[in-house]
Amino acid sequence: MKIKVRLFATLRDGRGKEVEVERGESFSTLDILEELKIRREEVALFLINGRDGSFETQLSEGDVVSLFPPVGGG
Amino acid sequence: MSGYIGKILRVDLSSKTVKTEDLDLKLAQKFIGGRGLGTKMLMDEVDPGVDALSPDNKLIFMTGPLTGTNTPTGGRYMVITKSPLTGTVACSNSGGYWGPELKFAGYDGIIIEGKAAAPVYINIVDDKVEIRDASHLWGKVVSETTTVLENEHGEKVKVATIGPAGENLSRIAAVMNDRGRAAGRSGVGAVMGSKNLKAIVVKGSGKVEVADADKLKEVFSVCMKKIKENGVTGQGLPTYGTAVLVNIINENGVFPTNNFQQATFDKAEEISGETLAEKYLKKKDPCFRCPIACGRYCEVDDIKGAGPEYETIWAFGSDCGVSDLGGVIKANYWCNEMGVDTISAGATIAAAMELYEKGYLKNEDLGDGPELKWGNTDAIVEWTKRMGSADGLGAKLAQGSYRLCEMFGAPELSMTVKKQELPAYDPRGIQGHGVQYATSNRGGCHVRGYMISPEILGLPEKLDRFSLEGKPAWAKIFQDFTAAIDASGLCLFTSFAMGAEDYAGLMNAVCGTKMTGEDFVQSGERIWNLEKVYNLKAGIDSAQDTLPKRLLNEPIPEGPSKGWVHKLSELLPIYYELRGWDANGIPTTDKLKELGL
Ligand code: SF4
Repeated sequence: MKIKVRLFATLRDGRGKEVEVERGESFSTLDILEELKIRREEVALFLINGRDGSFETQLSEGDVVSLFPPVGGG
Repeated sequence: MSGYIGKILRVDLSSKTVKTEDLDLKLAQKFIGGRGLGTKMLMDEVDPGVDALSPDNKLIFMTGPLTGTNTPTGGRYMVITKSPLTGTVACSNSGGYWGPELKFAGYDGIIIEGKAAAPVYINIVDDKVEIRDASHLWGKVVSETTTVLENEHGEKVKVATIGPAGENLSRIAAVMNDRGRAAGRSGVGAVMGSKNLKAIVVKGSGKVEVADADKLKEVFSVCMKKIKENGVTGQGLPTYGTAVLVNIINENGVFPTNNFQQATFDKAEEISGETLAEKYLKKKDPCFRCPIACGRYCEVDDIKGAGPEYETIWAFGSDCGVSDLGGVIKANYWCNEMGVDTISAGATIAAAMELYEKGYLKNEDLGDGPELKWGNTDAIVEWTKRMGSADGLGAKLAQGSYRLCEMFGAPELSMTVKKQELPAYDPRGIQGHGVQYATSNRGGCHVRGYMISPEILGLPEKLDRFSLEGKPAWAKIFQDFTAAIDASGLCLFTSFAMGAEDYAGLMNAVCGTKMTGEDFVQSGERIWNLEKVYNLKAGIDSAQDTLPKRLLNEPIPEGPSKGWVHKLSELLPIYYELRGWDANGIPTTDKLKELGL
């Protein structure tokens, strides 16, 4: 299964804007972090298909995961 | 009492007289300062029924007790008046260096009354105050006006001025200070223009007394630690400024596009904070004593200057379907030069584009101006200039989106609340933020209670943005807390990291008070109710606590928030009840008594 991962702000450093993660049959956002060598504390916000999810949610083919470091404004 | 200078300057432009008055310190304590104190003065002195652009309206510049002190971001001032855009109380907040300088000159605030017979500016050097001829400045853009005044009075003076938009009584005109900082919203610049007042120049040699300097040092370092350690204030805002929100808000599917017809923009990446940092950012541009330094300074072609902020990028970018970030920077530049609010200006052009798309606004209305087609970079730049100079259709645009859409027979296309343009978040996918929009005392606004913080950014905790549960209570507390922060003279962005006790601690060290965090928030509630009472007296009743029909009835057509409308009718009664207001949204006598109003 392949999952599209969209990275933002400082998480792009050395990784690019968008990457595809391929692992066995089922995996979660936590596995993606491990694959991309991103520490959990570096991620302040993340979305699965634009919706809030949990790090442990098992992803499905075609899902898009967006990862953000701490950012804000107004 | 320290923190406050204890003096208010009163300038009557009709009779050309200047007076210094003692500040009523009891009143100051009750309403903190800035937004609170200024609104109280407006309430006491200006009939809410007055025509906002008549000489009977007053223009109040007010600082907070923490302005000009050694507190993080202690540099804000506010402009309070009756708004010519909304008819409500206007209170526009600005940073930069002008506010502290006013206190160093020996004043907490200035009340400007009447109207000068011909253009003037006010020059303040400590206790020397003159009303001077401004005929050589009238018609000049903001940077040029500032340079001329610096040349006349010395490089170190601080200048607050209007641009051509304010002179031309644009209802979305701003008061600009330090060139690129704006008391932007609600048309406060038009009130200044209506008084024939071009600028206020300030130079001060004093300082702000502090009650307990040791205590202040202690509280200051606690606050600084929190600001540095917080991901948003310590890393996010310093690195990317506010523009980093473009991608976040777009990924959530609440990034209004083409005048709120869609909620995702397929070219968001091209106008994102990441792209801004990569291609256009020259340096950071912080305000007085600010450890966060969210301000940007950008350059494109021969244009350079402050900004653009997230809201501005949205207004001229996705809301107009524009993906050319260089063009957005140029439009932002012209807003600063003409002295016009960037949110209102961009959102009004977006409304004009929809009027054009739907055939209400025709080719012959454009004169020789660029076509108002979605995505047209020339249109956002050129129409911003013409808005400022009130040229042709530009004069109509300068009245804001609501009046424009009404003139062309389609008021429903105006994405406004209480006639003020909504900012960069689609409330259909952020239910709490929508309550905040609908009930904001100055109309469409995001900084009256920034519900994006819990609903999108997860601060102080993550709420489900679609859920209605508890949202009215969150909106109320955010509104009250924000009102108190505004009144204190600090920047709202500190609240990503600091809590009510921290603000109370700073207030106590500076003013020698014994305020708790709860007292601080309650002062905010008092201010909120005072504003509401002013609005009710001005005839802005709770029937106007609503959202544009599009957001209530038309589901978002695409993206992660697809299918959602805003459920205001379910939330509003709960909000009123929590506020201690009756079912018509009118504060009860008991509530007003409880707050000492
Ligand atoms: S956080 Fe930004 S707006 Fe606020 S005081 Fe600092 S630079 Fe100015």
